[in-house]
Amino acid sequence: MDWTALDLSLRLAAWTVAILLPVSILLGRFLAFRQFRGKALVEALVMLPLVLPPTVLGFYLLVTFGRNAPIGQAWAGLFGQPLVFSFQGLVLASILFNLPFAVLPAQRGFQAIPAEVREAAACCGMSPWRALWKVELPLAWPGVVTAMVLTFAHTLGEFGVVLMVGGSIPGETRTIAIAIYDRVQAFDTDAAAVMSAVLVTISLFTIATTFWLSARVGRRLG
Amino acid sequence: MTLEVMARAEAPIPLDADFRVAPGELLALVGHSGSGKTTLLRTIAGLWTPRTARVSVGGTQWLDTGARVNLPPHRRQAGLVFQNYALFPHMTAAQNVMAAMDRADPAEAGRILDLVNLRGLADRKPARLSGGQQQRVAVARALARRPLALLLDEPFSAVDRATREKLHGEIVALRAHLKMPVVLVTHDVNEAQLLADRMVVIEKGRQVSAGTTAEVMADTAALRAMGIRELAAMLPATVAEHLADGLTRLDTPAGPLFLPRIDAAPGVQVRVRIMAHDVILSRARPEGLSAQNILAGTVTRIVPGAGPGVMVHISLGAQEILARITRRAADQLGLQPGDGVHAILKSMSVARDHVAQPVTASDG
Repeated sequence: MDWTALDLSLRLAAWTVAILLPVSILLGRFLAFRQFRGKALVEALVMLPLVLPPTVLGFYLLVTFGRNAPIGQAWAGLFGQPLVFSFQGLVLASILFNLPFAVLPAQRGFQAIPAEVREAAACCGMSPWRALWKVELPLAWPGVVTAMVLTFAHTLGEFGVVLMVGGSIPGETRTIAIAIYDRVQAFDTDAAAVMSAVLVTISLFTIATTFWLSARVGRRLG
Repeated sequence: MTLEVMARAEAPIPLDADFRVAPGELLALVGHSGSGKTTLLRTIAGLWTPRTARVSVGGTQWLDTGARVNLPPHRRQAGLVFQNYALFPHMTAAQNVMAAMDRADPAEAGRILDLVNLRGLADRKPARLSGGQQQRVAVARALARRPLALLLDEPFSAVDRATREKLHGEIVALRAHLKMPVVLVTHDVNEAQLLADRMVVIEKGRQVSAGTTAEVMADTAALRAMGIRELAAMLPATVAEHLADGLTRLDTPAGPLFLPRIDAAPGVQVRVRIMAHDVILSRARPEGLSAQNILAGTVTRIVPGAGPGVMVHISLGAQEILARITRRAADQLGLQPGDGVHAILKSMSVARDHVAQPVTASDG
């Protein structure tokens, strides 16, 4: 059992969730309520990581994070270390490939709020921020929680993009999914079995928790 | 604090209206569904902006498209009751009311809930309230904002008939506490006549008539828009006694009126909506007739309609009722302004919900 890899995976998932939470709320809300030109394109871009092979996404990230690309250069100039094959690069990649999981459920959650309930919030004198906090989030939060749980579980399980962008540096980029792969390559089936079981348990637990939470919300409003 | 509204637009929703509502006055915007009356209400609240519009309360501009003034809804101090109430489903009744306050004040919320007869239901969520109770929470929430204008969008359309009658009475009673202009949007002319001081009739977004309810009722343009069968007059009367046979006797200056039982104590002042097409006219006082109500009056005006009918205004002392009869009948009777006439009305033709009465307390 590679505890360093599990710790790294959990840290990666936590960072991804922390950064994607505001993105999920703001972008999900924006896409739910606003109509604008090119909305279909924006929605398609958010969805893209869902259908692209991880290798394609990983390849582009590798190219943009590299020393020769502006983003990679700027990062290296600012922090003195390259973005590829680093934990920071992994977080950035993780944020991008989790966008559909973080945004879509939240968007559905906000869309489920009747338009006149939002209008009522405004007519009660609530500013848009206050309405978001007092009315929209309490009603949309099952969607937001689902988004965050999916993001968390999906980050634990992501393999291809991590391998492309991060490689397998112990303590830096070797996540538990990569560690399992390494163990299998080394014919260490016992270690792979233990880690796989741990991953299944954690993922099952987090997803079961969301279902339980959303059922409770259903009763709360009933 | 008078509410002044002007709105003009060609598209996407055509509008052409211009009206004022005085403090404490209840103005009904009447029109068929899709006539644009709700759009006018939404314009006042700030949920819709027509191409050209002005909305002001007591001189404070909420909207002036010419001067590029357009306050967002949360900065207009208006209380809006939505047609389907739009209560916050995750909050209790009291929390819904407090949501409209700048600073949550449970004591004040309780006082407002008492005002709308919701004592004891403060901790219920909307899903556990009846339609009528939800409507009362919506009214309480609108009042909690201390609105400079109270806006009611078809607030009685989502409840059953019995609840509607009760809520009508409650609004009448509540008005004693309201100092702000009130705008009621309704497609129900009876409701408008029962509750409103003045009416604005909207047809295809255009204001076709405006005035007191009596003035609008005498306006042929308004009747064309509302439908001639809505022609009716409000006759004030005093409840005299409840009779053993299920009728209630009311006293009017023109004589007694017998109506199916009215739930009001003797001595209570009510107003009875008398539909013009239910009134029969006779020169002589009729004998041997089943109709119970014969009111003696004087013809003041005869207005010909577009079709075979005429509208006869009959003065009963200080009051006036309307009768819609055929031109042929008017000719046969030789009716002229100044002639004495008897207006005959079947007791059973007056529906229960055509009697406006003040209600002071109620539950349910």
